[in-house]
Amino acid sequence: MSALVVAGEALSSRLFLGTGGLPQVGLVPAVLEAARPALVTVSMRRTSSLVEGGLLDALRTAGVRLLPNTAGCLSAREAVLTAELAREALGTDWVKLEVIGDERSLLPDVVELLDAAEQLVRRGFVVLPYTTDDPVLARRLVDAGCAAVMPLGSPIGSGLGVLNPHAIAAVRAAVDVPVVLDAGVGTASDAALAMELGCDAVLAATAVTRADDPVAMASALRLGVEAGRLAWSAGRIPRRSEARASSPVLGRIG
Amino acid sequence: MTITCNGEPVRTEARAVADLLHERLGGRPDGVAVAVNGEVVPRSAWPDRLLADGDVVELVTAVQGG
Repeated sequence: MSALVVAGEALSSRLFLGTGGLPQVGLVPAVLEAARPALVTVSMRRTSSLVEGGLLDALRTAGVRLLPNTAGCLSAREAVLTAELAREALGTDWVKLEVIGDERSLLPDVVELLDAAEQLVRRGFVVLPYTTDDPVLARRLVDAGCAAVMPLGSPIGSGLGVLNPHAIAAVRAAVDVPVVLDAGVGTASDAALAMELGCDAVLAATAVTRADDPVAMASALRLGVEAGRLAWSAGRIPRRSEARASSPVLGRIG
Repeated sequence: MTITCNGEPVRTEARAVADLLHERLGGRPDGVAVAVNGEVVPRSAWPDRLLADGDVVELVTAVQGG
C-alpha cells in the first residue's frame, strides 16, 4: 500500500487516533500498539497543575506524532489562539482545526471555520479542518490553503458511521488533497466503508476509547482501514439491480 | 498585583511570566504554553515578559481530545 502524504510528508499509516474519552492513560501503549496510528490528536486546555505521568508523557514515550486540535472553539479568534498555543506547547505547526457552531450538534460553523483556516494558513500552519460533508465547502477550504479536509461521516461521538456515502464520495471527487473521514466512526465496517469511498484516511476517537475493549477495537479499526483501502484500490464491481451468474451457462447438465 | 489567570482573579508577586509559571506550576514545565492578553509568549521570552496589573493570562497544556 502506498503511503499517505499530507503537506509533502509521508505518514506511517492511514488511521488517525483521537485520545478523547480514554478511560485510563495506562491503556495508551496497548492502544497505540494495536492501532498503529499515523497521528494522535490531543486538545489544549487550561492547566493549574502539572501531572507527572499524564497523557502527554505517555504519548511522548510511545514516540507518536501529535496532532493538536482546536476542539471546543466557537469562533475563528478562539481557534487561532488555541492553534498558536498548541504550536508553542507541542512544537508542531500541524493543527486539526475545529470550530463548532453549537454544543448540541457539534457541527462545524463553516463561516468561522473558513475564516480561521485562512488566518492559520497565513501564519504558516498545516491546517486539517474538520468540516461538513459538503464538496463546495471542501473546495473553498483547499483554495484557502488547507493541506487536507476532514469531512464528518455523522455527528461527533454518535457512532452512526457514514450517513451520506454519496456526499463523502463527492468531497473526494471535489478536491486534490487528502480526505480524512472524521467523526461518526463507530466500528470497523464504518472505517472500511469510508476507505472504500476513496477517503485517504480515517480518524477515530470514541469508537476506540469508549469501546468495551479499546485495544481490540483499535486493532479492528486498523484492519478495517487496511481492508477498505485495499478494496478501493482493487476496484469494486458495479452494483446491478439483477442477478448475474458467475458459473458458466454453457455445458449445463439436463 | 491582580491578574486574571485561566479565567480566575489571582493575586501574584510574579514580575515576569517565568515567575508566574514557577508560582502556579512549579517550574519551567514541558508541554505548556502561555498567552498574555491574547498573544502567545514564546518559551524563550518567559523570563523577560513582564506582567502588569489586570493582565489576562492563559496557561494551557495538552489533554485527551479527538
